[in-house]
Amino acid sequence: MLFYALKRLIYVIPIAVAVGFVCFGLVHLAPGDPMSSIAPPDAPAAVIAELRAIYGFDQPLPVQFVKWLGRAATGDLGRSIATGRPVTDEVLKAVGNTLILAVGATLVGFTLGCLFGGVAGYFQGSWVDKLASSLAVAGVSVPHYWLGMVLVIIFSVQLNWLPAMGAGPGGSGEWAWDLEHLKYVLLPALTLSVIPMGFVTRTVRAVIAEILNHEFVAALRAKGLTDLGVFRHIVKNAAPTALAVMGLQLGYLLGGSILVETVFSWPGTGFLLNAAIFQRDLPLLQGAILVLALFFVMLNLIVDLAQTAIDPRIRRA
Amino acid sequence: MTRRVSISLMTAAAIAGAALFAPAYAQTTLRIAMTASDIPATVGQPDQGFEGNRFTGWTMYDALVMFDLSDPSKATPLVPGLATSWKVDDADKTKWIFTLRPGVKFHDGSDFDADAVVWNVNKVLDKTAPHFDARQVGVTLSRMPTLTAVRKIDAMTVEFTTNQPDSFFPINLTNLFMASPAQWEKVGKSWEKFAAAASGTGPWKMTRFAPRERLELARNMDYWNKDRVPKTERMVLLPIPEATARTAALLSGQVDWIEEPSPDAIAQLKSRGMQIVTNSTPHTWPWQFSVVEGSPFADVRVRKAANLAVDREGLKKLLADTMVPAVGSVSPTSPWWGNPGFQVKYDPEGAKKLLAEAGFSPAKPVSVKIQISASGSGQMQPLPMNEFIQQNLAEVGIKVDYDVVDWNTLFTNWRRGAKDASANGAHATNVSFATMDPFFAFVRFVDSRMVAPTSNNWGWVQSPDFDGLVAAARTTFDPTARDAALGKLHAKIVDDALFLFVAHSASPRAMTAKVKGYKQAQSWFQDFSPISMD
Repeated sequence: MLFYALKRLIYVIPIAVAVGFVCFGLVHLAPGDPMSSIAPPDAPAAVIAELRAIYGFDQPLPVQFVKWLGRAATGDLGRSIATGRPVTDEVLKAVGNTLILAVGATLVGFTLGCLFGGVAGYFQGSWVDKLASSLAVAGVSVPHYWLGMVLVIIFSVQLNWLPAMGAGPGGSGEWAWDLEHLKYVLLPALTLSVIPMGFVTRTVRAVIAEILNHEFVAALRAKGLTDLGVFRHIVKNAAPTALAVMGLQLGYLLGGSILVETVFSWPGTGFLLNAAIFQRDLPLLQGAILVLALFFVMLNLIVDLAQTAIDPRIRRA
Repeated sequence: MTRRVSISLMTAAAIAGAALFAPAYAQTTLRIAMTASDIPATVGQPDQGFEGNRFTGWTMYDALVMFDLSDPSKATPLVPGLATSWKVDDADKTKWIFTLRPGVKFHDGSDFDADAVVWNVNKVLDKTAPHFDARQVGVTLSRMPTLTAVRKIDAMTVEFTTNQPDSFFPINLTNLFMASPAQWEKVGKSWEKFAAAASGTGPWKMTRFAPRERLELARNMDYWNKDRVPKTERMVLLPIPEATARTAALLSGQVDWIEEPSPDAIAQLKSRGMQIVTNSTPHTWPWQFSVVEGSPFADVRVRKAANLAVDREGLKKLLADTMVPAVGSVSPTSPWWGNPGFQVKYDPEGAKKLLAEAGFSPAKPVSVKIQISASGSGQMQPLPMNEFIQQNLAEVGIKVDYDVVDWNTLFTNWRRGAKDASANGAHATNVSFATMDPFFAFVRFVDSRMVAPTSNNWGWVQSPDFDGLVAAARTTFDPTARDAALGKLHAKIVDDALFLFVAHSASPRAMTAKVKGYKQAQSWFQDFSPISMD
């Protein structure tokens, strides 16, 4: 197991370099001028040329990439052009805020997803299955920024029960896990949870329905196991697939949602990316994408290792 | 349980919930939702355009020369700020002498003097200075393109040098804010740290800075201009870039004031008792015509016909009164209005007549292509507005096709000009702009030295008449005479119909009934000092 874990860890290095190359390339391929974040759009050409030289954007792209990668390897992602603040600090702070939302959305989405999927799969074809499947389809289909706006209109504008935006009465810098702050999380987390809920429901339902048709289930019943006992075996067999899907969904949640975080003005990674895109703040954009991509890589690694621990057949494969 | 009892219980629960969850706020705190996606730079020279100047420039800082924002009925004249007087050197018109205001202190208690002025200029001019800050260069020098040097004459007098005689220079200086050198030293000679502990001389002091989330200001009771000491104790600025989120924040009581509500939301906001405040702003939403050979707009009759074909009052209604119909680059209340002979108005029959004179008819319509964006800063509602204009122009015999590009692309192309391949054969471009100073309002579009890619003379206007008018305005140093010269320049721009003049933004703001005493100036900048909260 240790050798397997080490081998997977070594695989991460070339993936990280490739991710760095892709995100640098994509960011520079996009139209727009990075100087637009610190010079008015109608700035004279001479001023823009001077700034370009100061920030090193007058150098060839390969030179810029090698310098950036070298710094990134030491944990220095440079400074935001627009704010002058270190990109690493900006991204980690935003990740922390997104994590708060992700925890809330995960708790709601995964719990409901496993519950609906499990029940739907076990009682396949029944009205419970149809109801759960409908909810799952609605979850993955409904545009979540639209859902967010509807929730805001109902609970903030009309009922005035919950805040419409922000990360706490004093901002995320004064965050605390108390009722006063949790009410700021409720609407964005609920909005974010519907997609993972839908995906997990559909996956768990399909896996359980498939396992129910396996011969070992009939054998377990023939041995006289109770329904609960049989269900326990089914869950154990369904866990690796469900875990893989949940890992991916958690990755998406940690990446933040540009639309949901913008609708709720939640200062997470989605909000940060939105600002970086509109300001053409290239160091911030490529740093944020790199960190989020590496999160994905690490999450996949953790999920792989967890799957292997649950099901040794994967390691042998 | 009866239905009536159920409803009563639900209502009671709703009221209890509302009481439990209703956000608390202090009575003397003004909370404003900005359209910016981040707090504009707090180091003295704000970024994020004039919204940045409005919220982190004019609040915490002062410039040597300022605008009088007190009268909403007229354009905002220049008034002394941290300088009490200024004059051009009679012997050398590239030198300006400024006498500084005595007794002014920065928020940290240090004195404002000539050394502070020199220090604040060198932060963007002198690359060898320890406090040189590249981030502040673009937003500063872009607004004062002729500034080359500054020199201390004595403790309260400074001399600025420009690279050519430039009567616009005092207007440009409204964009140079004075930050405290002592505070920069105190926080460890770091602009990053200064941003979180800013110190200027303005009517508001920074009390808390949370990047990307909020900026909290407290009133400066020691402000040098006692008429502008704020009536409200605190001001909280929140970046909420999404218009729907700003509206929801206002309606749910999380903020007292929002910038730029969507036109679609105006009726709802009014129905909920909100005040909607608007006024003409030095902003123009035009089509800038190409006069290069082959463009139908090279013929002044076609340009005038297009101007007579647009129903601006209809467009205003479409935008829920959030625009002011444009009859020139600046409004008739501007000192630079002049007296154009050509009247921009809705006259479809006049438009048809001009087109007929130019050789066009229903059987032989004018076909033009316009490069536009789907969104963008200052672009208002570009798609519905352009669709409206397209219908108007079709009615008089001008067939319009649009080349819709990303906002940043449109902007980049603006610098490249109508002859460049990036124009994609367009005969006009639709980039809105601010008209706060003469260079940005007029000169860059009509001076033959400003043709692309040097500046924004996208349409390749090259005329000795315009060059002469620009030179005359730039070298007329008496303010009244200079404004008159600028009026002649503007009048010729209108008479030559170099733009399709469509709209000025009315800069709509929505606020609760608790906000009292606000008078919206005809400016991108606003004075928050007279505002009180009930």
